[in-house]
Amino acid sequence: MFGDNQFFAVNHISDEKSRAQSIKFREDSAIIKTLDEARSFGINTFMCTTHDRIANICDIVRSEPEKYKDFSIYPCMPYAHKYANAVTELGIAGTIKQYVPGNLFGSILKGGVAYLSKDFLSIMELLVDAEMKMFKGVNTPVIFLQNVVTDLLLGLHADEILIGFYNYVKKKYNAEAGFITMNMPKLLDVLENGGIKNPIICASINKAGFRMSGGKKIYEDTLKTRQFRAIAMQVLGGGAIAPREALEYVCNLPNIESILFGASSRSNIENTVETIHHFDAVNDRA
Amino acid sequence: MGISHLSILGAHPDVEVVGVCDTSKMVNDFLSKYGKFNCFTDYQKMIEEVKPEAVVVAVPTKFHYTVIKYLLEKKISVFAEKPFCLNSLQGQELVALAAKNQVVNQVGYHNKFIGTFGEVKRIINSGALGDIYHFVGEAYGPVVVKPKQDTWRSDPSEGGGCLLDYASHVIDLINDLLAPISSVKASLLKSIYSNNVEDAVYSLLELSNGVSGVLSVNWSDDTFRKMSTTITIAGTKGKIVSDANELKVFLKDANSLKGYSKGWNVSYITDLTEEVDFYLRGEEYSAQMDYFIKAVANKVPNSINTFQSAWNTDHAIELIKLSSK
Repeated sequence: MFGDNQFFAVNHISDEKSRAQSIKFREDSAIIKTLDEARSFGINTFMCTTHDRIANICDIVRSEPEKYKDFSIYPCMPYAHKYANAVTELGIAGTIKQYVPGNLFGSILKGGVAYLSKDFLSIMELLVDAEMKMFKGVNTPVIFLQNVVTDLLLGLHADEILIGFYNYVKKKYNAEAGFITMNMPKLLDVLENGGIKNPIICASINKAGFRMSGGKKIYEDTLKTRQFRAIAMQVLGGGAIAPREALEYVCNLPNIESILFGASSRSNIENTVETIHHFDAVNDRA
Repeated sequence: MGISHLSILGAHPDVEVVGVCDTSKMVNDFLSKYGKFNCFTDYQKMIEEVKPEAVVVAVPTKFHYTVIKYLLEKKISVFAEKPFCLNSLQGQELVALAAKNQVVNQVGYHNKFIGTFGEVKRIINSGALGDIYHFVGEAYGPVVVKPKQDTWRSDPSEGGGCLLDYASHVIDLINDLLAPISSVKASLLKSIYSNNVEDAVYSLLELSNGVSGVLSVNWSDDTFRKMSTTITIAGTKGKIVSDANELKVFLKDANSLKGYSKGWNVSYITDLTEEVDFYLRGEEYSAQMDYFIKAVANKVPNSINTFQSAWNTDHAIELIKLSSK
């Protein structure tokens, strides 16, 4: 599965590298070129945040239906920076006012009345719809909730909203919900308690134990003993682990449905895909 | 109330959140409905009723003095967000009160819980850089990138402005890594898009140990995706350039520091980060809260980000303001 950090200058270890990426992917055509290269190596799934520029990529995908007929986008929402800045400036209610379309909530947001569970669920649904607009007509079989939101709700014990997200994307978009998290074992408990069987969870899984909250061992035990579909991200541990060693570790773990990775060059994409296939084949023989 | 502070506390196994206070009915309804939190709109009523051992204060800076004083008088431990107070007299009073009542006190300057900066401090203290003669503290980011409507960010009496909100992080880091700022030679406070506050701060600083250097902070720089803080330290035997992700160390001599060789050494946050039990937006936010909780439980000394150290930062902010006039 192909990620989008490299396109938007997100680099967890170096500001210099992120600047170089921002220059390389200044034009949308550079993003499409890299996505086409990934497709040529059999990677037909692109997982991306709902960044403004993704709307342009969706336009291109829609304009060539034959070329992209096997291509899927897994949207990850929301694009957190947009909302984080708004919340600091406008407050939570102000942010919702700004981003929830229409004036349906005008009366509720005036205050004075009690907010019911269904109000919060409706706000969540309207925010999902707003983020999904750009994907109309594009194949989006899985829709992800970003880790900042997943984990914030997890700490606030707002389990019902997480479950509500799952139910809503199923009902409205005929899609499966995925959850990105930095707290995978905790989240799995909450989703299972909420009645979601075999959920899709995308989390940092790497040999260095980087961003594996609570420790690598709890993650490994969870993968070995519980039922869920794990998508491993940050497999290189932000660059701390050599690629071959990193991929060998992840490929050897059970329950890994997919590996999310990003790369800027054709040769890096090719190397990564080949290495994953190599270790998969080794494991199949074992 | 800080929603991410609450989420981190809500996930912490050693913490029972006994009360939450916010002025927004919508926020309170959400929190009581889902998290089953006991919510209040009046903080004094909350304190009277739930009698907490410790309180996290995440309100606009202009309310810090009043709220924190009330808590300290009741001998309640306090974690407050940064900056500490809007003037150094108020801060001084709170520092003294916390000491008198012997309560744990901490301010949210989270850079001190970032692995790269922790390693910078260790290297400086080892003496491997020789005599330090210069530093540059920088932070850039895209907070105010166009002229727009007024918010609390544009009101200096509410803690708005690049100096209080953004530069305070860098000032605090310089105070901690090197020595407290004792005088300011000259400062330029520049407004780029804002009408009432500065969007950039450029200053020549001198520290209590005689070392001098430069502060350069701009929150209207949209060539950065998010806040980026860098510290450069030059000594007679080496140099450090570090941000929150990447630490670059140049040493003139071999064997001057264990684990480092002659010339450039580069290491990354991934090698320098301690794992946390719950992650939200950065290890440092969980780590600082965990440290506060442990200090309240008497498991660690209350020595990082104390009110006193945050006061040093407030004081430096005042010196910078004075020098710009």
